[in-house]
Amino acid sequence: MSPLTEKDRPIIQLLLSTGTCPRCVLRFCCVGSQMLYRHPHEELLKDLQKFLRNSHEEEGSVCLDVSNPPCKRLRLEPGEEGASDRNCNVAIPHLPGNICNVCLGVLQEFCEAGFVKKVCQKVNSADYQFISFVFSVSLPPQLSVRERAAWLGVKQNLGLPFPEDDIIQLKEAYKWIIHPQLSEELGVPADGKVFFSAFFFLRHILSLLFLVLDSLFYFTLQSVFTRMAVIKALEKIKEEDFLKHFPCPPSSPKNHCDALEIQCNNGAVFVAGRYNKYSRNLPQTPWIIDGERKLESSVEELISEHLMAQFKADSFNFSSSGREDVDVRTLGNGRPFAIELVNPHRIHFTTEEMRRLQQAINDSSDKIQVRDLQLVTRSAIGRMKEGEEEKTKTYSALIWTDKAIQREDITFLDDIKELKLDQKTPLRVLHRRPLAVRCRLIHTMRSEYIDEHHFRLHLKTQAGTYIKEFVHGDFGRTKPNIGSLLNRTADILELDVESVDVDWPPTLAD
Amino acid sequence: MLDAFTRIQLPLVGAAQPELPRSVGRWIQHSQGEIWFCALVFSAVTLLICVITLAEAHPLLQSGKTIKNINYQISANCSRLQNKVSGKSKRGAQFLTELAPLCRISSSDGEEYTIYSCIRGRLIEVNENILTNPALLQEKPSTEGYIAVVLPKFEESKSITQGLLTQKEYEEVLLKRRSSAS
Repeated sequence: MSPLTEKDRPIIQLLLSTGTCPRCVLRFCCVGSQMLYRHPHEELLKDLQKFLRNSHEEEGSVCLDVSNPPCKRLRLEPGEEGASDRNCNVAIPHLPGNICNVCLGVLQEFCEAGFVKKVCQKVNSADYQFISFVFSVSLPPQLSVRERAAWLGVKQNLGLPFPEDDIIQLKEAYKWIIHPQLSEELGVPADGKVFFSAFFFLRHILSLLFLVLDSLFYFTLQSVFTRMAVIKALEKIKEEDFLKHFPCPPSSPKNHCDALEIQCNNGAVFVAGRYNKYSRNLPQTPWIIDGERKLESSVEELISEHLMAQFKADSFNFSSSGREDVDVRTLGNGRPFAIELVNPHRIHFTTEEMRRLQQAINDSSDKIQVRDLQLVTRSAIGRMKEGEEEKTKTYSALIWTDKAIQREDITFLDDIKELKLDQKTPLRVLHRRPLAVRCRLIHTMRSEYIDEHHFRLHLKTQAGTYIKEFVHGDFGRTKPNIGSLLNRTADILELDVESVDVDWPPTLAD
Repeated sequence: MLDAFTRIQLPLVGAAQPELPRSVGRWIQHSQGEIWFCALVFSAVTLLICVITLAEAHPLLQSGKTIKNINYQISANCSRLQNKVSGKSKRGAQFLTELAPLCRISSSDGEEYTIYSCIRGRLIEVNENILTNPALLQEKPSTEGYIAVVLPKFEESKSITQGLLTQKEYEEVLLKRRSSAS
């Protein structure tokens, strides 16, 4: 019992006598030793009682030594009069079956092996792959009230000047106790940084406590007894009012907390790759207007349905390095994409398994193909988004002109380098983008003559250039444009993305 | 004057120019009177974007007319050139009723024509290119010679497209008119 000092004695005495469990007593003594909390409940109780008894046996020496005012104060309290020994005896009948008036049993039965076993059974039955875990607990809001009452009780009765913040938080103490036990039972380390977490919700039926507090809370507590509402209300209520309306330390409860439910959650995993789109009738993401689907599938869905099934995830988020229109194909090495799989049950995949997964996606549709499919970290996805802004893209466009063209009419396009465009936000996207004039560069162009009214143009451009508008001019809102360069009316019939020049994700050997 | 509207709708995907091969589904509306104005209506998802242009039948597009001046200052304290929009939601746009004048165009023969919005909605931009190059109005009336871009209210988008005529229907109306005039 080394961490306990003389100044703790009156606190221990007061709290034990009002039905506080030994671990809560340690918390109020601001004991920060994690090991101590892990001692069995009964042992702790015995130790505390021994600590008290020892002090009384040595009362002469110790009390004189310390001669702290709280002791005097304690003796002045009504009901606390008389021999200290008797107070001690009041504390001793504290039975393990009693529910703690501060934590409502959180640091008692919810720390026992039986409960840990039950939690682990639940977690195991949820069938997750995980390599470490964190156990979070949601406590009943009224515990804040009891915590405050206990602190005010100590402060009022003993006049101890330690701040409320020094008390070891109930949640913290609970994790100190429960984490090593869960870790052993689950066979993986507890680690706040990673992945798997189990949320555990405790509830306490609205006890007398709240009925008593009702009148006090009436003006301060707006709606329901949510945790935040209770904490806010506690901040507003003056200490004197609180002491007047509520027994401090709090009275013993009749019921302990109920374990409401356990929710398991695995941290998201990320899968990246590149996709090709070979259809001019396939949007990148589901195309839904007024709740009605325009086209039956999408790139996003064709890839994700396989991943969802394999990772057994709840949901997914698709992102990519830019996007193409529904009628634009993406050829070449494809467009980098990443998919976040939310709350996956399965997270371990070998290279071979990922290869098979990629094959399954490719076998299932001829509209898309996927390559370089791999597991990546969340932070690596930033590289893909950088590419969206900075990197170049190459396109191939089939162009029609109104007036006939000859081979030599279009060759000059090949000599144009770093052509600067002023692009007003295209009319076709104006409803969802701000109106602005954006400067974009066409790095190079290469023309391929087809016939008097058609030619193919290969372009290398800065990311974010609207190619369709560069061809037809968008009512003269993109300047210059192919029409103005050729001094004709031009329009675009087909567009393909030939490459998205982002060197992420890493290329994989086949 | 109000009934003299022409409206054309273009598809969202593909060409902007009405005379191009991929352009289909242009709509034109009219009741009685002259059809002088044209709104190229882009159906962007369920929201419309309307580009206001002169219609084929407008006197300014008839041979022999020369444009002298285009004026976006429609009253002493209202100029369409001062229209500024910001953000996705196009805050600060001037609101136009169907009767709101966009600009006045005078021709060398002394006539002045007021160009009306035809569409209820917010003014997104006016075409400043026609100020420096008025010939665009006559050379490319339905593309680079447009007058303005108007964004109708979402809830009114549907009623704007209802009762529009297609390009073909418009041509039939013109034909009928010419034959009855002659």
